[in-house]
Amino acid sequence: MDLQLIAMQLLSGAVLGAVLVMTALGFTIIFGMLGVVNFAHGALFMVGAYAGVAVAMQTGSFWWALLVAPIAVGAIGLLIERLLIRPLYSRPPDDPILLTFGLGYVLVEGVRIVFGNDGIPFSTPSALVGVVNLGIGYFPIYRLFVIGVVAFILLLLWLGLEKTRFGLIVRAGARDPQIMRVLGVDMRRLWFLVFGLGIGLTALGGVLAAPMRNVSPEMGTIVLAEAFVVTVIGGLGSIAGAVVAGILVGLVVSMTSLFAPEMATISMFALMALVLLIRPQGLFGRAGV
Amino acid sequence: MKGKHDKFKSPTRRQVIGGIGMGTATALLGMPLVARAQSEPIRIGFPTPLTGPFGAEARDQVKSAELAVKQFNDAGGLGGRKAELLVRDDKLNAGEAATRTLELIEKDKVHAVVGALSSAVQLAVNQVTRARSTLYISISQSDTINEVKDWSRYTFHEALNPHMTTAAVAKHTFKKGMKIAYLAADYAYGHEMLRGFKRAQAAIGAASVGEILHPLGAPDYSTFLPRISAMKPDILCICNFGRDQANSIKQAVEFGMKQQMKIVVPVLLHNQRLAVGPEVFEGVVGGANYYWGLEETIPSAKAFNNAFRAANNGAIPTDYGAYGYTGVKSLLQAITAAGGTETDKVVAALEGLKYDVAKGPQSYRKCDHQSIQSVLVLESKKKADMKSDVDLFRVVATEQSGEAMLRTCAELGFPA
Amino acid sequence: MTIQPIDSTSSAKRPRLAIDGLMRTASAWRMPLTVLVLCTLPWVLPSKALAVNVLIYGTFAVGYNLLFGYTGLLSFGHAAFFGGGAYLTGMSIVHFGFAWYTALSTGILGALLLSLVMGVLSIRTRGIYFSMVTLALAQLAYYTALQASSWTGGENGLRGFTVSKIDVLSLQIDFLNPLHKYYVVLLFTALALWLVSRVLKSSFGAVIEAIRENEVRARACGYNVERTKLLSFVLSGGICGLAGGLSALHLAIVPLDTLHYHTSGLVVMMTLLGGMGSFFGPFVGALAFLVMEDVLSLWTSHWQLFVGAIFILFVLFLPKGIWGTIMGLGDR
Repeated sequence: MDLQLIAMQLLSGAVLGAVLVMTALGFTIIFGMLGVVNFAHGALFMVGAYAGVAVAMQTGSFWWALLVAPIAVGAIGLLIERLLIRPLYSRPPDDPILLTFGLGYVLVEGVRIVFGNDGIPFSTPSALVGVVNLGIGYFPIYRLFVIGVVAFILLLLWLGLEKTRFGLIVRAGARDPQIMRVLGVDMRRLWFLVFGLGIGLTALGGVLAAPMRNVSPEMGTIVLAEAFVVTVIGGLGSIAGAVVAGILVGLVVSMTSLFAPEMATISMFALMALVLLIRPQGLFGRAGV
Repeated sequence: MKGKHDKFKSPTRRQVIGGIGMGTATALLGMPLVARAQSEPIRIGFPTPLTGPFGAEARDQVKSAELAVKQFNDAGGLGGRKAELLVRDDKLNAGEAATRTLELIEKDKVHAVVGALSSAVQLAVNQVTRARSTLYISISQSDTINEVKDWSRYTFHEALNPHMTTAAVAKHTFKKGMKIAYLAADYAYGHEMLRGFKRAQAAIGAASVGEILHPLGAPDYSTFLPRISAMKPDILCICNFGRDQANSIKQAVEFGMKQQMKIVVPVLLHNQRLAVGPEVFEGVVGGANYYWGLEETIPSAKAFNNAFRAANNGAIPTDYGAYGYTGVKSLLQAITAAGGTETDKVVAALEGLKYDVAKGPQSYRKCDHQSIQSVLVLESKKKADMKSDVDLFRVVATEQSGEAMLRTCAELGFPA
Repeated sequence: MTIQPIDSTSSAKRPRLAIDGLMRTASAWRMPLTVLVLCTLPWVLPSKALAVNVLIYGTFAVGYNLLFGYTGLLSFGHAAFFGGGAYLTGMSIVHFGFAWYTALSTGILGALLLSLVMGVLSIRTRGIYFSMVTLALAQLAYYTALQASSWTGGENGLRGFTVSKIDVLSLQIDFLNPLHKYYVVLLFTALALWLVSRVLKSSFGAVIEAIRENEVRARACGYNVERTKLLSFVLSGGICGLAGGLSALHLAIVPLDTLHYHTSGLVVMMTLLGGMGSFFGPFVGALAFLVMEDVLSLWTSHWQLFVGAIFILFVLFLPKGIWGTIMGLGDR
């Protein structure tokens, strides 16, 4: 094993980590703010990718797809919150899990009916095709672009949550909805918007993944598992946790790929099991959630 | 892609389904009498994964199988005795397939089962049919089904196996002294493809520079690719299937590997190539059991294509779809030769059968019941070279597979 | 089982006393009534293979509900016990040549042990974390089975243990005959149902329900909450292991999918569909789900659309499930 290969492996691990952060972000935000474990996350990710395909086919541009698809799917998210999730807020916490589980089935089958079982081509935007020499080896330009987008989104989220009044309310609402209600804040409206935002981000992940992964109705299944792993390791609902966990998982998978490649997937779950057993609330989670 | 869906709701399948409801009622009334055996229809059970990632392949299989049955019936059947296809959704799930096969045998009293697309499903159906001495024509690519452990007197393997496809593909891509790297999915089918390629590689005199096993269903291959790059191979053999193949090739292209090495796969799928696009697959070489372009050289392929086009609004048959045709057709020919559906006689007829229905001459080998047939080596075309939407591949070679391309009977564990 | 609902719904407008009396009689005779209804299933359902699956998944769901419905713990890892029971049953025949009853016992024992280990690791977490830990551990079991292919057959599934004849009390039974198979499996299902109902009627049953209702209060009352939960977890695992073992004998294969988290999701769906709050609910749920799937998938390859939609409607409008709602009609 030469050093160059190990350096390259670390890099691809970190980049994979960024991809994982991107796939998990919407899931984390919805759980953190609403306490809803969204089992339809993978399906909505897939719907996002297909929405991207549809927009790209209409406009002929990846960039429009990147902009329009998340907004459109985010709007669907608002509808889902209003019609399906809101009636469950007063119910036991298991109910949203079960509902979104069923919703996942409906979405996957819906896409199969509209677009077929097979999957659909989606090319890398021509401006981002190709590889770039990073000194230790060649790396796809598109993946570096994805890191940029993820960093940008994280910056926006951080600014939005930390520096605005809306962010303050959201954070406070996540801590103690009861008090917020007493203070006269309309929590329902807040949850409505946050759910839409989370689904929009999930869809953005889907569009970004489309040039890297095969776009097919089943592409979300593994994404749900990945989002689970990242979110649980990072700490349920913690955005910073998701970022650290994503990169950690990326590195672990990458190093396993080097030494025992067939164990790459199992290492992800083993890490999750380990964290759950030692620190159930996750690396950045608050105890007692 | 939408068009295919609409066509799926063919009246024949509806009728079959309607008939099932009726069948339930009659089955409740009493067991069919042996005396009826002469006039009752020849019932063929057909489990296939209509639900799930291979739904398009499954639908093509159904269409092809229905065509074979229709041709048999139009030609008068077996002295007036018609055949009937009972399609069941196995959902790509071995447990579901076993249940459905039990139903087909116990309730619908089928005379034979044809079908299955995945290896696990095929082996599950095989277990059920073997224990109940029911004929089974399996049409899923697998080496395991040939081996003595899973062998059944009543099972015939119409599909290619990875040993054959890899041998043919290697013969037309590997050259003496070349460096070969392998990326294989870590499960039985992946290992079988890897073993086949390595055997061919050793025989040709090429050198292996390394092999990487990846977990089945891995969505991201970026962490495997740097190591493969570092091996600096001339050829990268990607030994996986379906979505794994699509993802791994897509990402290998993303990492610019196609500029450094040639990508070779054991099996190219028509529908998968459509789903991923021409740019990604351009120049990739792989094996296949059938390609419609065969009609230029093989008369039976032309006849099959034309009949299929006539029955399906001009659509062409695809690789896995064609198995539905060759599988059912060979069974019905054997039943005709045997003069009835008595299992032992049909087994004997199948063992002696020589047939050419879509791709040149085929026959079943005695020891493992493997269908000896041609393997196509295909290369995926550049977008600019495609003359139509379905003009996907260039036929590099049609490899006639004799005994030489199969593992010997002794190797599979059969007594000499 | 299907007799009761028909009576109680059609008589919904009659005076309450009549319904109450009927319900009480039905309730007192519920075990014999259940077995009687189950005896007729092979003739009522579309196929006998399906009827056997109903018994197996019914047992699975009732075992699962001991933990989910009665103890209030939402596990996403019960595929490990169902699959574990199935694999160990099959493997004891394939690799050690055990007789079917020894193999089945090995399967149950293995599931008990596995649930003990998973229980010890997961029981101290609560709420959503419990669901996550059980899911993660079950995924490990899945990948272990995938990797240990020389033992489990890997992705191809475990094969080669067709049981064609079995001896019950020196009686030779043709296990390939679907009816014989059905009644043998029914014997075990009835046994499992009886066992679970005994457990729930015992003081232990009262304690687990007390924990579900209010854990803090149960602890204050002096109950050892952790140990009770663990015992419930292990019992539930054992019943699910039995169901898995029966499934192995029924299908003569163990597919790898048995251990997939979809199997865990399936049992949650069945339990919810039937009604988690009641004893028979999960069994009714398994019956309804399997029949629905069987019938729908003959009609359309898009059956999952309907399954998903029906599931959503149940969560939204009938959270008590089929059986719970029917029983609720009687109580009104």
